[in-house]
Amino acid sequence: MSEALVEAIGLVRHYKLTGKRLLRAVDGVDLAIGRGGTLGLVGESGSGKSTLGQTLVGLQNPSAGEVRFEGETVVGARGAKLVRLRRQRQIVFQDPSGALNPRMTLGATIVEHLRVQGWPRAEARERAVEVLALAGLSEAFSGRYPHEVSGGQRQRAVIARAVSTDPAFIVADEPVSALDVSTRAQIMNLLRELQRRSGLTMLFISHDLSIVAHMCREVAVMYLGQVVECAPRDSLFRTPLHPYTAALLSAIPLPDPVLERSRTRIVLKGEPPDPSAIPSGCRFHTRCLRATEVCAKVPPEMRALLPGHTVACHHPLNA
Amino acid sequence: MSGAARSVRLLAVEDLTVTFGRAKAVDRVSFTLDAGETLGLVGESGCGKSTTAMALMRLLQGAETCGHAWFEGLDLVAIDAERMREIRGATIGMIFQDPVTALHPMIRVGDQVAETLRTHRGLGSAEARARTIDLFRKVGIAAPEERLRVYPREMSGGMCQRVIIAMAIACSPRLLLADEPTTALDVTVQAQILELLRSIAQDGGMSMILITHDLGVVAGVTDRVAVMYDGVIVETAPTDRLFANPKHPYTQGLLRSIPRLDSGWDEEMPTIAGAVHDAHAPSGCRFAPRCPLAAEVCREAPPLQSFGQDHQAACWRAS
Repeated sequence: MSEALVEAIGLVRHYKLTGKRLLRAVDGVDLAIGRGGTLGLVGESGSGKSTLGQTLVGLQNPSAGEVRFEGETVVGARGAKLVRLRRQRQIVFQDPSGALNPRMTLGATIVEHLRVQGWPRAEARERAVEVLALAGLSEAFSGRYPHEVSGGQRQRAVIARAVSTDPAFIVADEPVSALDVSTRAQIMNLLRELQRRSGLTMLFISHDLSIVAHMCREVAVMYLGQVVECAPRDSLFRTPLHPYTAALLSAIPLPDPVLERSRTRIVLKGEPPDPSAIPSGCRFHTRCLRATEVCAKVPPEMRALLPGHTVACHHPLNA
Repeated sequence: MSGAARSVRLLAVEDLTVTFGRAKAVDRVSFTLDAGETLGLVGESGCGKSTTAMALMRLLQGAETCGHAWFEGLDLVAIDAERMREIRGATIGMIFQDPVTALHPMIRVGDQVAETLRTHRGLGSAEARARTIDLFRKVGIAAPEERLRVYPREMSGGMCQRVIIAMAIACSPRLLLADEPTTALDVTVQAQILELLRSIAQDGGMSMILITHDLGVVAGVTDRVAVMYDGVIVETAPTDRLFANPKHPYTQGLLRSIPRLDSGWDEEMPTIAGAVHDAHAPSGCRFAPRCPLAAEVCREAPPLQSFGQDHQAACWRAS
């Protein structure tokens, strides 16, 4: 991998709840995304993937640890440096309807976004048309309101807005989850094309492993605020080391009735525990089929067992 | 599921049409369902799959419904409201997508299930309570005696969905309508709920209509599939056949545009051009504006034609 553009080092994001309770949404994450690379981030709801994404683009401040961009720490950045960092790090959200102002045209939304960054009005207007075209929307869409276009077109506009400042890094947080199957593929292709063209670095967050498999060369799996496995995509899908990853993979319904009948499914017990009451030791031990005594006591360290393939588990599979 | 159970017809829907004002949400939909059979009703948002289910349950407001739905000798479209109330929740059960809003937030979950039993079966409160405990056990709710007393907000989404399922099967229905029952759930929990629905349907000889946008879910659970597009059934076939040999260009496009775990990461995703309501064909085949095979003949609406046993598609150009 080339030099890292974005890094998280011991990143922690906690939320205070009523009483003395803490919600440990992100709880000690180390990761690095190489320039021009796409890291897929998978996990179930409540695993902290969105919080991690928002912390990496600066929408949330870390409670501890740091975020580095181009090798420099970004925590506490101010003034011109902060403005530059905002321009370079953008985010695309899951629900394009909620991400757009219903009372602004698609064009005006992008112009506003650029004006905040200090663009002169005329140039911002030109740029808006340009990026809408890049996202596959003709100039006519510039004057339309969000409710006048389809969900897929709204998501195109959100993506156009994100790339309008020519960012180096984009967090795509479940960008296709709210879309229909036939539109989904169009948006996935669009993101890939933008990336190829401008060398964007991307964190692609999804709960859907088959979409991640298609979009990313590297994949990190999160469980209750921590990354439990990180690997090149083929290594992860062929030889998952963490029992949780294996269960996730086996839970995906396959669009193939013959395969569906023949496969043995690992059905996990229960549901992910409440992130405000995290189990001791390995966080997954309450649902793990391989758990032993040590798992309830000692949190496993991240270690590399295959080339570029790290896992945090006392009893990894396939090893 | 095969053999004798197959031959008993439970439901025959004939030319079901639902109109909201001037918009036809469901247009002359016909299908049949045998006892013990599970039918998948598949399509993208707005295609009319949920409206079809709601029309069968007579839960639509401000809509005009015509056609027939023969169920055990009664026409669900025509019978009086009083009779329908006896059937709804008793011989036909229903499961909705969002388990949390489908439950009353201020009533203990046990009481909500017991209410169904008291209303339809005339059970006394002690009997209803005992039967609710049995049902909770059957749908995999641990410590059912204690869970009776909790409120929906104190349960996870997966647990709420189990309560809904318990309620839906409380009166041993002949038919279960499940509308996106796992869409709001995490993958690992989805696997549990699908497993549960499959075993309930098999053990009880119950028929099920499973409404979903997810072809993976369909592949694992159903015997037969009907694909809907813009209010019309465009193809229906036994599940294995549909996946192995889809005839309608829309079905083919849908199947191609699902990302698969084994597809290469740098491959372009095949897509279906446009979106459902982009261009409305005033008459003729509704898919024609997006169809790669569209020709002059498609100006006329295609009827469902047979492509082998139990396999029909509405397309002039299919072969």
